[in-house]
Amino acid sequence: MISLLWIDLAVASTLILALALLNMRLRLGQSRQLLVSTGRMFIQLVLVGFILKALFTYQNILIVSVIAIVMIMIAGYEIVSRQHRRFVGGWSFSLGVTSMFVSSLTLAVFALLVLIEPTPWYTPQYAIPLLGMLLGNTMNGISLALDRLTEDAWQQQAAIEGQLMLGKTSREAILLIERASLRSALTPTINAMAVSGIVALPGMMTGQIMAGADPLDAVKYQILIMLLIATGVGFGSLIAVWFGARRLFDHRQRLRLDRLTTVDK
Amino acid sequence: MPLLEAFELRAENFGPVDLTVEYRERLTLAGPSGSGKSRLLRILADLDPHSGTLMLEGVKSATIKAHIWRQEVVLIPAESAWWADEVHHHFSQSPESSWWDQFHLEEQCLEWPISRLSSGEKQRLALMRALVLKPKILLLDEPTSNLDHENTMAIEAFMTHYCQQYDTACIWVSHDMDQLDRLGGRALRMNQGRLTPKESK
Repeated sequence: MISLLWIDLAVASTLILALALLNMRLRLGQSRQLLVSTGRMFIQLVLVGFILKALFTYQNILIVSVIAIVMIMIAGYEIVSRQHRRFVGGWSFSLGVTSMFVSSLTLAVFALLVLIEPTPWYTPQYAIPLLGMLLGNTMNGISLALDRLTEDAWQQQAAIEGQLMLGKTSREAILLIERASLRSALTPTINAMAVSGIVALPGMMTGQIMAGADPLDAVKYQILIMLLIATGVGFGSLIAVWFGARRLFDHRQRLRLDRLTTVDK
Repeated sequence: MPLLEAFELRAENFGPVDLTVEYRERLTLAGPSGSGKSRLLRILADLDPHSGTLMLEGVKSATIKAHIWRQEVVLIPAESAWWADEVHHHFSQSPESSWWDQFHLEEQCLEWPISRLSSGEKQRLALMRALVLKPKILLLDEPTSNLDHENTMAIEAFMTHYCQQYDTACIWVSHDMDQLDRLGGRALRMNQGRLTPKESK
């Protein structure tokens, strides 16, 4: 594999600078965001690189677990920050973390123990990237699902209560919104699977191939990852929507929009 | 035993309210905007959190499943909501065929998309979809506010007939003095979240 030099990245960065300058001239108002995100990406990835490098030398289950928990917590925080209407009292965070814990973490452990089988099974070289890819995707799915659920419930208050007034259960009254939320969570993953290899070569596979892996080996890993991601997003958003929809109603099946709070962005 | 009993109903800026409704009784409810009329109906249908006791035929609301309660105590709000594409999706069963004439509606409108309905048609259909449930008590929040005089009279006549036929009690909110006179029954008045004159238990 050809190693990149830091100077190569510096050259590539000038391209972003050029884009930011053009953006500023056109007054698109995004140059600041663009530069901040680029800077964040740079710093975060370099830090992760050092952490992984250190981690790979100590194969310690305790350290791997701590990293995994930190990753899940940050993903939970990210889910909350993407909600326009949040559940009050930290429920959005708990919902996000719980559903990612159940979907991403169990799937990652399953894949390590049963499918990939490195020795030891928590070998950081496999465990951390695998969990990272799963978390990134389930996090997107869960935040899309929760955002749709709370937004639709807010907008369609009259329709939900109209059904309650006709003696329907809260389950029946929220069913259409639940379905829409799950659809919006899973649609990006379904689309990604459908076009993978034709329109877009998935990033992980591309990386492995550039690092010198056999293309068929890379493809097998990519298929496994895609299957895990689709399952993780599906189950993760299912859990989040199931609990979220219940939280929207109280023990008397009343719609409780006072349990949501709006965040101005 | 009365049909519906309410003791010490309280919510934020509301109550305390005591209310007793007998079987087949008709009540009218008037009062200025924002006095809590709609709020009272929502609480009676157990749609808003509240403290106090609600009883139907001597059974406390807390011991009856919420959706069963709302099948017996049915609220028809002033603004009807429609959640599916066509009218018939909103009906749990077909209305009796004799109703259509009395509502001045055609039976074919069951197949119509919601977008085709006028506000008056929506209001009558919203009433009809609730009436097919044959509840014990109806809570009508200005049920003729979007209707012309002729249709208003038709609905008033129909409701009198319906309540006699099915032994239904009803609480009818109205701002229209003439209508309140026509409806008769026991007159309640709401002011600043309380019933005046205060109901005796």
